[in-house]
Amino acid sequence: MCRGSCLRPRSAALFQACFPSEKTALSTNHSKATSFQKLPALRKKLVPFAYLSPTLLLLAMLSLLPIAMVFFYSLQDNVIMNKTPQWVGFENYIEILGDSVFQQALLNTLYFTGMSVLFHLLLGLAFALLLNTRLIGPLPKALFRMIYILPWVFTATIIAILWRLLLNPNGVLNYLLLWTGLVSDKIEWLSSRQLALHTVTFINIWAGYPFYMVSLLAGLQGIPDELYEAGRIDGANGRQLFRFITLPQLTPIIVSLAMLDFIWTMQQFTLIWMTTGGGPIRVTEMLSTFTYKLAFSSYEFSLASTSAFVILLLSMGVAWFYVRKQRASDE
Amino acid sequence: MNKKVISLLLVLAVFASLIAGCAPVNTTSAPASSDSGGETVTLEFTQWWEPELPEGSFRALMDEFEAQNPGIQVELISGPYATTKEQVVAGAAAGTMSDVVGLDGAWVSDFVKQGSLASLTDLMAQASYDDSELAAQIQLGGATYMIPVVNFVYPVFVNLDLMEKAGIAAPPTTRSEFADAAQKLTDPANNVSGWILPLSLEQPNGIQNDVMSWVWASGGSMMKEGQPDLTNDAVRSVAEFIKGLYDAGAIAPGAFSLREQDKVEEFTNGRVGMMVSSLAHINMIRERNPELNFAITALPAADGYEGKRGLPYASWGIGVAANSPHPAEAWKLVQFLMSAEVNSKLSSIANAFPGNVNSTPDFVQTDELFAAAFEVFQAGYLANEFVGLPVAENLMRLFDEQFQLYLDGSQSLDDALANAQAAWMENFQE
Repeated sequence: MCRGSCLRPRSAALFQACFPSEKTALSTNHSKATSFQKLPALRKKLVPFAYLSPTLLLLAMLSLLPIAMVFFYSLQDNVIMNKTPQWVGFENYIEILGDSVFQQALLNTLYFTGMSVLFHLLLGLAFALLLNTRLIGPLPKALFRMIYILPWVFTATIIAILWRLLLNPNGVLNYLLLWTGLVSDKIEWLSSRQLALHTVTFINIWAGYPFYMVSLLAGLQGIPDELYEAGRIDGANGRQLFRFITLPQLTPIIVSLAMLDFIWTMQQFTLIWMTTGGGPIRVTEMLSTFTYKLAFSSYEFSLASTSAFVILLLSMGVAWFYVRKQRASDE
Repeated sequence: MNKKVISLLLVLAVFASLIAGCAPVNTTSAPASSDSGGETVTLEFTQWWEPELPEGSFRALMDEFEAQNPGIQVELISGPYATTKEQVVAGAAAGTMSDVVGLDGAWVSDFVKQGSLASLTDLMAQASYDDSELAAQIQLGGATYMIPVVNFVYPVFVNLDLMEKAGIAAPPTTRSEFADAAQKLTDPANNVSGWILPLSLEQPNGIQNDVMSWVWASGGSMMKEGQPDLTNDAVRSVAEFIKGLYDAGAIAPGAFSLREQDKVEEFTNGRVGMMVSSLAHINMIRERNPELNFAITALPAADGYEGKRGLPYASWGIGVAANSPHPAEAWKLVQFLMSAEVNSKLSSIANAFPGNVNSTPDFVQTDELFAAAFEVFQAGYLANEFVGLPVAENLMRLFDEQFQLYLDGSQSLDDALANAQAAWMENFQE
């Protein structure tokens, strides 16, 4: 009778009909549940933490412990290289913050990050709007989407090699510029003190805009058509529809993207290291390359830890705004 | 089973795996039947050499060592140079350095200061080893910490076809001849530059190989009584000489961001007439451009200089970790690699010059370019003053920054050298 239904009994009554022998077990579980409810309040409160403990332990070991160690290193004189490091308090912070190279690296990082985030947003939004248009058929749209996303698919190493080749004084770009007569001399894109910082910023913009494009495209596709229809009925033109419907609808995504991008870009190392190494002289020195050189070239691990901790604080500052914004949106 | 019991077991399993993951690795495997007391010792050997040698050739040498030394096994940890450096630095910092490590002379001082390298002088004494056949030993405070296994010298490579086209009869032997040749070779219309100078701050070894090498080639020095002496006439004349070439447009464009590999690439593609480079690049150049007609010559000396010429070099050095639980076995491996026969084999497959004075690599007899290089090698002496200096790479970078400012006209030579001297002194006083 109940052969088919017994495979997945849908109610307690049906369960009892199918498995009469389980009655005792259910009753036992019920009695255990009752005794569980009688557990002391403290023990009851600890149970969720016991379930969470593997995750908490992993977080502590993989994230909190290294951060704590780096902070601890930053408060001593040269750890690792020095067998008996001495406690120096915040002296390393005073030294790092007063270092002119660190200050230049900070300014370069802020320029590099700020411009990258701004142009990632502008380009990403522009391409997302283009790809969201109804004027293009689904097939070409998919094709364009694939092409536009390519820069984001490459790793930073590939991007660095690719652009080093393109921007080489004997590279393709200089050849085209000379051939078209736009310039009369080869341009040293990555070796010129005037151009290098803008060049690496441009490369980073090129490499990062597809992330915005994909995210904003998803956001655009989620905006209900009714809003635009209502806008048109009210007599809004294209610009007004964009300003009063599209942008407000995309704002939560844009804020999240910009904050995450700010944190990621501020930590960019591979691209800078593989294109300019922080040079020429120090015009493309970033906080990441500055820290790396302190650790692996000067073997000043305490100062490197200090610099790394300053980067962490800057990132956490942005992360704090991000979390606050997210919490506000959730409420 | 009770859900709570299962959860508890899972938590315990996670704890156990984490503790196991953090436990130190024991390199001594289970007892095995061997002549050395019944235990097999596994030596870790971190180096960047294996990927740069023909596939399987370095492992074959290790197999030979294992066959000669039952009870010792070698686990090779190989990677590119930069990765190896980071691994060795991290290993030294964490006290987990491999038993035997490949070393660059530029790293030695810092590792010794850190106490992470064992004194090879002590190990040699314990093994009653006669060190007279070692071509060189890198010593600090009277003890040896690194032995160069093979050496790569840096002569000048010249593109013979471009030389002929420019009407230059013979490769330059003096700075004046070099400057003249570099200017004649430079042909912007055909994308050809006379010389190439890599000054990237990412890899500042251009200061060692392409700048200071000119000082050593004329018997000069950048040091005095163990301290930096960058403002002396020898360094000054080289800086002025290079500035002259830079201002004349005879140096390939983009020098400030070029790296060593860019230099070799440009020469290989026939866009550069001359470069100072490692002999290790000969085979790569031949593979990539079999048509390239090039020769090797000694680095030109200052006009009128008649003495012996210092020849810049880079070594594949070897050292033993201070924390190695098997120093005697580690020394056996070093001794094996430094033996005349094995060192000949290794230098032959690496296209390098041997670290054992009694070794002779095969290529000297069979390859005319290497034979020419060997002549250059024998006529001069190995010179690299960065070997054994503290934070050597950083010193190169500090000089590089000041030198770039001088080259692009942002500061005078006096300021550049004085600033570099001051920056170096800071590192020597620490």
